[in-house]
Amino acid sequence: MAYQFDFGSLWEYRGVIADGVGLTIRLTAVGTVAGVGLGIAGAFARTSRSPALKAAVGAYVEFIRNTPFLIQLFFIFFGLPVLGVKLSEWQAASLAMVVNLAAYSTEIIRAGIQAVPKGQIEAAEALAMSRLQIFRHVILGPAMRKVWPALSSQIVIVMLGSSVCSQIAAEELTYAANFIQSRNFRAFEVYFVSTGLYLILAVGLRALLKLVGWSLFRRRRHV
Amino acid sequence: MPLVELAAIWKSFGQNPVLKGIDLTVEEGQVIAMIGRSGSGKSTLLRSINGLERIDDGTILIDGEKIGSKDADLRTLRLQVGMVFQQFNLFPHLSARENVMLAPMVVKKASRKAAGALADAMLAKVGLSDRAGHYPDQLSGGQQQRVAIARSLAMEPRVLLCDEVTSALDPELVNEVLAVVRQLAKEGMTLIMVTHEMRFAREVCDKLVFMHQGRIHEEGSPAELFSAPKTPELAQFIGLVEAAG
Amino acid sequence: MFDISLWDIVRNLLLAARWTVLLSLVAFICGGIAGLAVLFARVSAFPWLRRAMGWYIELFQGTPLLMQLFLCFFGLSLVGIELSPWEAAALSLTLFASAFLGEIWRGCVEAVPKGQWEASSALAMGYFQQMRYVVLPQAMRLAVAPTVGFSVQLIKGTAVTSIIGFIELTKAGTMITNATFRPFTVYGLVAVFYFCLCYPLSLLARRLERKLHAAR
Repeated sequence: MAYQFDFGSLWEYRGVIADGVGLTIRLTAVGTVAGVGLGIAGAFARTSRSPALKAAVGAYVEFIRNTPFLIQLFFIFFGLPVLGVKLSEWQAASLAMVVNLAAYSTEIIRAGIQAVPKGQIEAAEALAMSRLQIFRHVILGPAMRKVWPALSSQIVIVMLGSSVCSQIAAEELTYAANFIQSRNFRAFEVYFVSTGLYLILAVGLRALLKLVGWSLFRRRRHV
Repeated sequence: MPLVELAAIWKSFGQNPVLKGIDLTVEEGQVIAMIGRSGSGKSTLLRSINGLERIDDGTILIDGEKIGSKDADLRTLRLQVGMVFQQFNLFPHLSARENVMLAPMVVKKASRKAAGALADAMLAKVGLSDRAGHYPDQLSGGQQQRVAIARSLAMEPRVLLCDEVTSALDPELVNEVLAVVRQLAKEGMTLIMVTHEMRFAREVCDKLVFMHQGRIHEEGSPAELFSAPKTPELAQFIGLVEAAG
Repeated sequence: MFDISLWDIVRNLLLAARWTVLLSLVAFICGGIAGLAVLFARVSAFPWLRRAMGWYIELFQGTPLLMQLFLCFFGLSLVGIELSPWEAAALSLTLFASAFLGEIWRGCVEAVPKGQWEASSALAMGYFQQMRYVVLPQAMRLAVAPTVGFSVQLIKGTAVTSIIGFIELTKAGTMITNATFRPFTVYGLVAVFYFCLCYPLSLLARRLERKLHAAR
């Protein structure tokens, strides 16, 4: 019971922690940009007239959404080398993030697309716009605007989920925490501090995404 | 050669036939109104003319060219045939000016500058130069509909289809939209409209088409149709409308 | 190395999957009960209680489940409470579920029109009576679909308990992989197992949601 808390002993590991935070941020950035980008493509594919393409994208989305991220990560890192695809820890972690977020954002953006009134699409068709032009200029903006809050929540969830990338030795924040813990045996202090750091990252990321949403979707007052 | 030629158009929704062999020709510069009860097929026919509804059978010729159902054909068709909708259908994320600029820029690859100049000209034509920077939800229904007309005109269509363009408007806003349509008719624009505004139809149209149960029941000049309807259905319809209006 | 057949792998995964199911059930039931408490605190008349619960929810929604698990597992042992991996897993998933379910249900309670509260207080009902007889019955209808949806998150969440050594589906997958050196097959199968657990629930959630929207 006479445990003495010693947060001071973490100070010498500040560099390790900073590197971990840095990698968590980089993983999240890559996952978000590529994942949402692919999600937009996936959502477009789901509006296609080809049943095969629709079904393929749908199966991908459902499979990813109904399996744990950790298993997706293990499959990519340990399983794919069997097929000759050898990835570094960082590459595997990034790929898993992208694959995961792409599925969720496909589904989220699709919901936004369904909310765009049919009449607007007909109006664009009547203006001789092609399917891709309609998607890009008429559907995508309002749809993204509508689902941006949901998409932001999902991005935060994926950022937090990146903590399991420590399990393939990708040196992100949780990995750093485990590493320090194995050195100084101050498990509580280490995990307490890294939990706090995740909380700060989550709050910061949410604020950042709000700002991004605001600047993307605000009305431009030019005439 | 007629500008628009429809021959033996058939269309069903499921088991339910809505167009049963429509033949119709429209000459360049003609103004045509389609009238009839709701469910008579007039809106479906209008939507078929620019491919928003796929027809089951029949042919559509624009300027003598046959329009198939391939995407490329549809786009050629739509470059010639503009459409204005009952619900305006402006793009809510774009200002009035951007609404008009969009299609010239992405479809016709006009430069931003050229598209902007075109948009300004079109908005001036519908009397909305001072509203160019407004977004759809900042405009009245009548103003939105005039922007929608400007948006169609910016693609320089040879025919403009008007699908009950005043039906969603409050009564006091109807006239500003009709004034724009009247002006277009006067300038020689080919117009095909579905309307419930009988007085307006009578005044501006060259030809009226009365549709009944998926067929063209009667057609002719407004004077003929209104003063001497040949069929009891049209007589009844005119009676109804005039009693109501 | 002796040969392990595909059937052996499947059988062992099946056995381990029981623990995934059991852990999910325990966390869902206990988390549901705790979630009700969170809900009541969150919509209570005391601002300080509402705020405290807001922080509780933020803490669990703003940090990784893995960290919550580590803190339960390693942290509690410091104060003399030694938890087995199973206990730590059940406890942290329960807390995790309580925060998420409480927040989901709060949304549903708040979706019940204000007039219902006013009408029932005009009938001289107390707070708990209003909740019990007027608001909760209506909120429950809204809550079913997202609650089922969350159960999918919870099942997937159990995978991280493998990291503190609780032997469920994922951990079994890792152990079998180490014995067979067939990661592609084993992790592929593990993924299929999870899919079979989660997908029916996802479908159910979607169907319930559609039904609710159609009813309105």
